[in-house]
Amino acid sequence: MNWLSNFVRPKISAMVGKKEVPDNMWRKCPECGQMIFHRELEENLYVCPHCDHHLRLHMGQRLDLLFDGEGYQKIELPESVSDPLKFRDRKKYTDRLKDARSASGDNDAIIVSHGKIGGVPVVAAILNFDFMGGSMGLAVGEAILSAARLAVLQEAPLIMITASGGARMQEGILSLMQMPRSILAVNKVKEAGLPYITILTDPTSGGVSASFAMRGDIAMAEPGAVICFAGARVIEETIHEKLPEGFQRAEYLLDHGMVDMVVHRRDMRDTLARVLNLLCNPGPPAHVVAIPPSTISAKNGAAKTRNGGNKKNAAPHRRSTDKKDAGKD
Amino acid sequence: MHNFLDFEKPLSKLEAKIEDLRHLSDDGDINIADEVAKLQAKSDKILKQLYSKLTPWQKVQVARHPDRPHFSDYMEGLVEDFTPLAGDRAFAEDRAIIGGLGRFRGRTVMLIGHEKGADTNTRMQHNFGMARPEGYRKAIRLMKMADHFGLPVLTLVDTPGAYPGVGAEERGQAEAIACSIETCLGLKVPLVSAVIGEGGSGGAIALAAANKVLMLENAIYSVISPEGCASILWRSGDQAQDAAEAMKLTAQDLLELGVADVVVPEPVGAAHRFPVPAIAALGDAVEEALGELMELDPAALRRQRHEKFLTMGEAEATS
Ligand SMILES: [Zn+2]
Repeated sequence: MNWLSNFVRPKISAMVGKKEVPDNMWRKCPECGQMIFHRELEENLYVCPHCDHHLRLHMGQRLDLLFDGEGYQKIELPESVSDPLKFRDRKKYTDRLKDARSASGDNDAIIVSHGKIGGVPVVAAILNFDFMGGSMGLAVGEAILSAARLAVLQEAPLIMITASGGARMQEGILSLMQMPRSILAVNKVKEAGLPYITILTDPTSGGVSASFAMRGDIAMAEPGAVICFAGARVIEETIHEKLPEGFQRAEYLLDHGMVDMVVHRRDMRDTLARVLNLLCNPGPPAHVVAIPPSTISAKNGAAKTRNGGNKKNAAPHRRSTDKKDAGKD
Repeated sequence: MHNFLDFEKPLSKLEAKIEDLRHLSDDGDINIADEVAKLQAKSDKILKQLYSKLTPWQKVQVARHPDRPHFSDYMEGLVEDFTPLAGDRAFAEDRAIIGGLGRFRGRTVMLIGHEKGADTNTRMQHNFGMARPEGYRKAIRLMKMADHFGLPVLTLVDTPGAYPGVGAEERGQAEAIACSIETCLGLKVPLVSAVIGEGGSGGAIALAAANKVLMLENAIYSVISPEGCASILWRSGDQAQDAAEAMKLTAQDLLELGVADVVVPEPVGAAHRFPVPAIAALGDAVEEALGELMELDPAALRRQRHEKFLTMGEAEATS
C-alpha cells in the first residue's frame, strides 16, 4: 500500500466520520475489502489494484472504454408498451420505471449505439444493470431488434454487452417472450453473415443468459463475472449443498466450454478490435499468386517451388498420379 | 543437447565430442577448429545417411520425437494475431485441441489442431494431444464458424489418437468424431490439413477429411498405433516394428496410396533438429494449397473433397 492509505485515509475518516466517507473519494473493494482511492480506481478502469477484482462499470464508462477515440452515437429507440400488465407489487411498476428513468436519463435498461472499434464500424447494444437490474422486458426486446436491424442495414457486426438479472418480472409472461424475440433478432445478424459478439459482464443471468447472451459467435467474459441461469442462492437452497469455489464465475464457464475467452478489462478493447479485424478484414485472396485457369482443372496443377530457404530440399512431393503435371518432382 | 533416438546413437557420441572441442577452442588453438570442422562434416554425413533411409519404425520414432515442433510452434511461426477460441458450449474446454482465428500470410484463417504439449506440465494440460468429445465438438463449432464467415480452415494433425476413457465414451466419443468428419466434408470453404507428427486413427481423421492433406516428410498416419496393431494381430506389442513396416504409415506410403496429396520435405535430420525451416516449409506448402483452393467456388470445394474420398479404394488406373 502507498502512503495515501496509511496516512491520509485515517485522517479523512477522522474528519468526516465513518458514514460520510464520500463515495467518490474512497471505495471499498467488494472482493478483498481494501479501500481504494477513487482516482486510482478510475485510472485502473475500476479494477481493484490489490486483487484484480473487476468492479461493475456504469454503461457509459463501458462504452467509452470500448469505442475508438471518436466515440459513439446513441440511436433513438422505438416506443413500446410501458406497463402491459398494470403491475404493482409494493410499489407501482410505473413508479419504479419513472424512478429508474429519471435516475438514468434513459427510457429503459438498454442503449444502442454505433461507432468504430479498432477502425471497424459496429453496432453495440449494452444493458444497464443500474436500471432495474438490467432486466429484459418489452422495451429491451424491442431495442435488441432495433440493434440487429441497424447492424444488418449497416452491414456491421453486432456487439452485445450484457449485465442483467434476467427477465423483468413486472412484465410477466411478456418478458419471457423476449427470449425468443431476442434470439430472432440476433439471428438476423447471423443470417446476414455478420459477426455477433457478446461481452458478458457481471452479472449475466436468467432469461438474458438463456437467450441472446449465450448465442454469440464469439463470447468474451470479464474475469470473475457471474454468468449463470439459476442464481447460486436458489441452487444452494434447492440442493442444500455448499457450492464449489468459483462456481458460475467466468473462469468456471471457460473451463466448462461456455465462453471463448476471459478477457481482462484493460485488454478488452484490443481483443475486440483484433477479432473484429480478423473477421471483417480477412484479407484479399489475391495475396497468393493467381493460377492460370487452364491449370486449375488439373489437380495440383501449378508447380510453384517455394522452399523456405532450405535449398537442399526439393519441392513438395506430390501424389504419383499427379507427377506428369508437377513436372519437377 | 538433443534427445537422441536409438538409431541416432552414432551421432550422439560425435556431437558430444564436437561440443567438448568447441569449449576448448576458446584457447585459440587453430588445430582444434580444423578438427571440429572435420568432425562436423563427418557428423553431417552420418546424419544424411541415417535420414536418407529411415525405416518406418524409425519414422514412427521421429514423428513422436519430444522436440518435434507441435501445434503451438507452427502457430507462432506461421500465424499472426492468433486468437484462441474455447469450448464446445456444452460440457468443457478440451485443451487437447486448440483452435482459433489468426492471420496466415495476410489472410484470416481458422486454425485448429491437436497440441501434445512440450513439457510435463503442458503435456498434462493438453492431455498429450488426445482429445475427448468436447475437443471434437469445439472443432466442429469452429469449422462451422469459419464456414459461416467464409474463412478457410487449416488443421494441424498431431495425436496418438482420441482419448480412451469412461467419461469420453459416456459423452459420445464416437458420435463426436463422426460429426467432426461430417463437418469437414460439408464445409463450403477450403479445408487444408497437415499431418505434422502423429496421425493417430479416428482422432486424426476427425480433423483431416480435407480438400488437401499435407504430410511432413517424417510424419505418420495410421488406423491404429503400430504397438496396438502388433498386440492385436501379432499378439505381442514387441512386434511393433513389423507392424509399422506392414501398415504403410509413412508419408511416402500414403502419397502412393492417395491418402496424402503432398509430402512436405523436412530438413535433413528432421523437424526436431531444424524446426524453423521445417515450419517455414509447411507454411509454403499450405500457402500453395490454399491459393489453389481459394480459386474454387463453394460447390466446387465440396465436390472436390467428396470426389477425393469417394474415389479412394477404387481400382486406380494410375502409375
Ligand atoms: Zn480487491
